[in-house]
Amino acid sequence: MTTSTMQFKIYRYDPDKDNAPYMQDISVEVDFAIDRKLLDILTRLKAKDDSLAYRRSCREGICGSDAMNINGKNGLACLTEIKDLKQPVVLRPLPGLPVIRDLIVDMTQFFKQYHSIKPYLINEGPRPDRERLQSPEEREELNGLYECILCACCSTSCPSFWWNPDKFVGPAGLLNAYRFIADTRDEATNERLDDLEDPYRLFRCHSIMNCVDVCPKGLNPTRAIGKIKEMMVRRAI
Amino acid sequence: MSKLTIPVRKFDAVIVGAGGSGLRAAIQLSEAGLKTAVLSKVFPTRSHTVAAQGGVSASLGNSEEDHWHWHMYDTVKGSDWLGDQDAIEYMCRKAPEVVVELEHFGMPFDRTDEGKIYQRPFGGHMSNFGEKPVRRACAAADRTGHAMLHALYQRNVRANTQFFVEWMALDLIRDDSGQVLGVIALEMETGEVVAFHSKATVFATGGAGRIFYSSTNAFINTGDGLGMAARAGIPLEDMEFWQFHPTGVAGAGVLITEGVRGEGGILRNSTNERFMERYAPNAKDLASRDVVSRAMVTEINEGRGCGPNKDFVLLDITHLDPATIMKRLPGIREISIQFAGIDPIKAPIPVVPTCHYQMGGVPTNYKGQVVADDGTPIRGFYAAGEVACASVHGANRLGTNSLLDLLVFGKASGDSVIEDVKSGTIGLKELPANFADFTLARLNRLNTQTGGANVNETRLELQRTMQKHCGVFRFKDMLIEGVAKIVEIEKAVARTEIKDKSQVWNTARVEALELDNLIEVAKATMVSAEARKESRGAHVRDDAPDTAANPNGRDDVGWHKHTLWHREGSALSYKPVIMTPLSVETIALKTRSY
Repeated sequence: MTTSTMQFKIYRYDPDKDNAPYMQDISVEVDFAIDRKLLDILTRLKAKDDSLAYRRSCREGICGSDAMNINGKNGLACLTEIKDLKQPVVLRPLPGLPVIRDLIVDMTQFFKQYHSIKPYLINEGPRPDRERLQSPEEREELNGLYECILCACCSTSCPSFWWNPDKFVGPAGLLNAYRFIADTRDEATNERLDDLEDPYRLFRCHSIMNCVDVCPKGLNPTRAIGKIKEMMVRRAI
Repeated sequence: MSKLTIPVRKFDAVIVGAGGSGLRAAIQLSEAGLKTAVLSKVFPTRSHTVAAQGGVSASLGNSEEDHWHWHMYDTVKGSDWLGDQDAIEYMCRKAPEVVVELEHFGMPFDRTDEGKIYQRPFGGHMSNFGEKPVRRACAAADRTGHAMLHALYQRNVRANTQFFVEWMALDLIRDDSGQVLGVIALEMETGEVVAFHSKATVFATGGAGRIFYSSTNAFINTGDGLGMAARAGIPLEDMEFWQFHPTGVAGAGVLITEGVRGEGGILRNSTNERFMERYAPNAKDLASRDVVSRAMVTEINEGRGCGPNKDFVLLDITHLDPATIMKRLPGIREISIQFAGIDPIKAPIPVVPTCHYQMGGVPTNYKGQVVADDGTPIRGFYAAGEVACASVHGANRLGTNSLLDLLVFGKASGDSVIEDVKSGTIGLKELPANFADFTLARLNRLNTQTGGANVNETRLELQRTMQKHCGVFRFKDMLIEGVAKIVEIEKAVARTEIKDKSQVWNTARVEALELDNLIEVAKATMVSAEARKESRGAHVRDDAPDTAANPNGRDDVGWHKHTLWHREGSALSYKPVIMTPLSVETIALKTRSY
């Protein structure tokens, strides 16, 4: 037998008709021969109740759409194995951001912080005819940084981001800030460090490391933040 | 019910879609100072370009000698001579420029020891006019699309591009003269319907791989641009040509890049044989995708498939140095562990041909302008990327030419818009009085439908029909039956019903509207495929076999021409393939072998 019934508790809220959010108990027939990931189950649930709202796109963990809080921990539905989940499986929207509907949150604040670190290469020198050279070792420095998918699992698991989402850049933004600082082609290291040298923007990170724990791509924002701090110390002496 | 009004916003240009081509076009327009709106169903970095893996082609020659003319030859041959040679020359000549530009934008390409962009071999990439494999695919590990999409988005942040995120375009606005005046779009968060009135409209909406049951494509790839164009009376070109990528993870459909074979991966059947040696003695595992996919299905059909049901083959990289896998193919290892439950360092990956890419689309020229049947541009309308048919991919696309297509034609369409706006060729014409009626009637129908068809079930039926009747190998009787089935499904699509009536983030409504687009693409595909009585590139049928007169079943006398499917009456017309390149000699018709 590959089929079995799984129990779910799902956060529901449609501001068009609900006065307040509530947790919905749902049981679903699962066929383990076909259903492997949580997203497969959500697809099944949505086929029965088309009002269940969540974001999804690539279903392979590269687009970052289907981040949610799964049994108390942030993750991507498309990469979450269902057989490992404790029941009832409790699904909630990402914590710390305003809920628009069901599992969909308003990510404005998250992207605002990402945009605030100037997430683009700054090199105003004349453009060479060919590519700018970068050694394999220099390029290696970008590994573990450029792979960020902006799913927001990390920032929305960070207590510092919960308290100060408008002032603290958050782990995703800081990881991306270091991605450009670490890029030998970027010429704005000093400006980038100046921008982050602030009691809130960078220094609200207290190395709680929830971000590292939840990153579905296995990235380490805390290490990137540590490297930024190190560079600040080094340039001060 | 005429003269219903909706809010109108005015722009110089509206770009629909924020994947690679939309973002590349947006860079041109924003940096030129045009008032531009970019609409996207998803946050830009969630567009499906993000899932491209292996590389972007350009004859940079960083590891060995290469030339754009060789790239052009490979592309024409890959297209089975159905590609337009002016557009192909344009794309291949522009490739080094747009790839270097991308590097300047910050793209984290892998590097050679000299610090140049790393290049790997790929299917159908050869040196010296088909002689031997060449390293032409510029790569960022096996995450090239992700690195590219983020770099393009980042450049747009720098350029202050105005995005409308999580807006779905519903219909094109055209006036009586046929000029395109913008789109009507739905804001998903609020349910508000707004007209984006513009001098220029650029479609960069991507493909429609979700017409098939088994697809490497994202949920969002529902052919929205194709549906909108078809409903507005614009024909769809060469829709019978769909690429089945040889290596989708069996069961899951998730893509495994051809770059795996570029790095030395080998396809094996149940007897452990490297079977591609029999089908493509020269290029072997790096033959063109249509050739490899057919070989795999033949192996499976002849009983040499693997697994309990003998329904897949194996992609083997266990002989590669684990360090190479970790360095060059880390994403593939992750995907294999996640979706096949195996570590490719230790065991081969079960793979099966999976629908991947639409070669056809909205007819354009090499400047990214949408063209009428006679080749004249439709005023105010542009398209680039998978939604467009320039046609550079013809009957079969070469791996890595899709990312190149995005860059080259995204940029070209942007440049065409700038030229047409600045020269005054297109201006902000008045909207027709009833411009919103059709769209509002569609929405109203959906809101009030009772006793209608279930969206999910109807879509599944459409996908299963396409999979069964229009797959890797096609059969005359199945195609005829397929057309009849699609016509039946079309009736169900016209009366879909949703239970969710909320105005806030109504995904049921979005999925129903997407199905309206999927059905147009499915019908165009099935009807065009049924009609084309030859085998060419990815379109291979049982009644057009390999003969002396028609090698590989290709009939150049009868069928060396582009299909145009018109929604009105589901009628077909044809137009000649452009065989004259821009500066070099024609690459003459020849039998294709690898």
